[in-house]
Amino acid sequence: MVDLWLQFLLTLDATCRVATPLILCAMAGIFSEKSGVIDISLEGKMLMSAFAAATVASLTSSALAGLIVAIGISVLLGLLHGLASVTLRGNQVISGLAINILASGLTVTVGIAIFQQGGQTPTLERDERFRPVELPLAEQIGNFPVVGTIYKEVISGHNILVWTAFATVIVTAIVLTKTRFGLRLRAVGEKPEALDSAGVSVAKTRYFALIIAGVLCGIAGAYLSTAHGSGFVREMTAGKGYIALAAMIFGKWQPRGALLACLLFGFLEAVASRLQGVQLPLIGAAPVDLILALPYLLTVILLAGFVGKAMPPRAIGEPYIKER
Amino acid sequence: MSAPHDLPRWADVGLIPLINLLAALVVSGIVVAFIGENPIEAMMVMIKGAFVYKGSLGYTLYYATNFIFTGLAVAVAFHAMLFNIGGEGQAYLGGLGAGLVCLMFDSVLPAIVLLPLAIIAAAGLGAVWGAVPGYLQAKRGSHIVITTIMFNFLGASIMVWLLAGALKAPGQMSPETRVFSDNATLPFIHEIANAIGWEVARSPLNLSFVVALLACVGVWVLIWRSRLGYAIRATGHSAKAAEYAGISVSRVLIITMAISGGLAGMMAINEILGVQHRIVLNFTSGYGFTGIAVALMGRNHPVGIILASLLFGALYQGGAELDFEFSTITREMVLLIQGLIILFSGGLAYMFNKPLARLLAMILRGKRQTEAQHG
Repeated sequence: MVDLWLQFLLTLDATCRVATPLILCAMAGIFSEKSGVIDISLEGKMLMSAFAAATVASLTSSALAGLIVAIGISVLLGLLHGLASVTLRGNQVISGLAINILASGLTVTVGIAIFQQGGQTPTLERDERFRPVELPLAEQIGNFPVVGTIYKEVISGHNILVWTAFATVIVTAIVLTKTRFGLRLRAVGEKPEALDSAGVSVAKTRYFALIIAGVLCGIAGAYLSTAHGSGFVREMTAGKGYIALAAMIFGKWQPRGALLACLLFGFLEAVASRLQGVQLPLIGAAPVDLILALPYLLTVILLAGFVGKAMPPRAIGEPYIKER
Repeated sequence: MSAPHDLPRWADVGLIPLINLLAALVVSGIVVAFIGENPIEAMMVMIKGAFVYKGSLGYTLYYATNFIFTGLAVAVAFHAMLFNIGGEGQAYLGGLGAGLVCLMFDSVLPAIVLLPLAIIAAAGLGAVWGAVPGYLQAKRGSHIVITTIMFNFLGASIMVWLLAGALKAPGQMSPETRVFSDNATLPFIHEIANAIGWEVARSPLNLSFVVALLACVGVWVLIWRSRLGYAIRATGHSAKAAEYAGISVSRVLIITMAISGGLAGMMAINEILGVQHRIVLNFTSGYGFTGIAVALMGRNHPVGIILASLLFGALYQGGAELDFEFSTITREMVLLIQGLIILFSGGLAYMFNKPLARLLAMILRGKRQTEAQHG
């Protein structure tokens, strides 16, 4: 029983770690899509920043420097997406897709040129990574039943970026609902002409949203390569940007809902990796591949309106043309 | 997708894709220079690798075959203003269809019956994988882009699950099926050519290339010479107007996605029936996404798609050559070029239109003025 409890807690602990990049990217997606810009380039931005973070961390021996450059690169990609989809009024999906493919090619090409290790960065040393932070008294109260074990195994021992991700959700919720910028952001995604007639620039608001999205994807990428992992591996995002997109939709474009979806999807992944190769009673080998496919399936079902209804922002995907 | 800034048609169709390609190559060239190699030299290696070396043209055409199918798939959907980015998953499932037919019947049916069946199965499963998102868009209002992305991942999960489990060849470690017997394979072009006494170098180019060209004709007839094609284009221009004219828009959307998925599914015949002769993991290797670039460059027209497919075929084959010639450049360079082409011809589509339209207008005005002076 005690063992099972511990297993459960360890799975929750893994859930937090797996969900962190999803949460950051889902919040990025909310900012972008609430402003009316479809953002399937979460994946590419995260991949590029994962590469940038590990590269800079390896070259400068500073994880922080890596994080800053990662954010910078991701914001630049966000601006490129803005140039295509806001200024030039091109197709937002195509622009996002282009960024994803670009990131796949560029990370490996530049990675080989710098490190000659087949597209990877060297394994990062202790100081080049964000280390887990043990919370005070974790050892002492860790032996307490229930509360103590939860504190020690699940809450303590995460790195700073995990905390950042969870804090981002609260900040996103406050910004969206309680600030003037948040109101404008939501308005620009629902009825841009209203904002325009109130004298607020639609383009500026959308650019600002894309910059915030870039920052968040940058943190997510840095987390993957310099906190969760210890170095960049080619294609290391492995579709996480798309899962985050799914989580955002699953959470109906709301920070709280998206957080829960990210935790659910993260939990599924954590369970799947624990069940790898495990023989279950009645079923036999655990169907790990199918568990991993659940996020996609659930999103399709939800989006089709079979359970509840996920409504995207009304003006999403439409470039705004100022009335003359 | 189109709606240029008053560009004459010849410029939109002929000039703009070339400018986009040039822009993509220039940016890639800068990257090559940045990593310390000579861009011109790299370009020459690619051209030689794609066309000059023995058998290289065959490889180029073999890659092009894949891109013709996935490019047509994207283009057909584009005509109904649907953005099908699920070509990857549809092709993957198409491979399952073709493979299952071969695995079940390769010991009983002769090639002449088996191969058409396998091709139909590839198109059929691909069509299903396209039609379901089409249905969800038409009837339930889910966004086709998101659904097709999800279906790519769902398809991949199903394939991993099957190839590592039920379909895995007995006594094998790697996730792939057993090899089909010989009557379940499409003949190579070099075999056919050699049989009629025409010396052709070995390459993976197979009969699928001919099927791909036939599909181009089929798509042209469908889109511009059939009632359904008219309905598809009408729906693409204005769904409301089409509905008003008595076209069942939801039906058109579902059928269009089925055709699109079917075409993408047929990409699998080149890989599965033509080259691999078994189902392997990830045989689609991103070709479905390349189809988007091909359709964009080819302006959604079969002729344009053939040309764009040749270009991408050459890029892929030339990119493989880069791997051999340079220690610092790999075939991922091609992904970079591909991403840039999609960016310039899709996302940044209107960047060159305005300046070019202005330039052309200026030239034309200048001509008219000189004519007026002389007249």
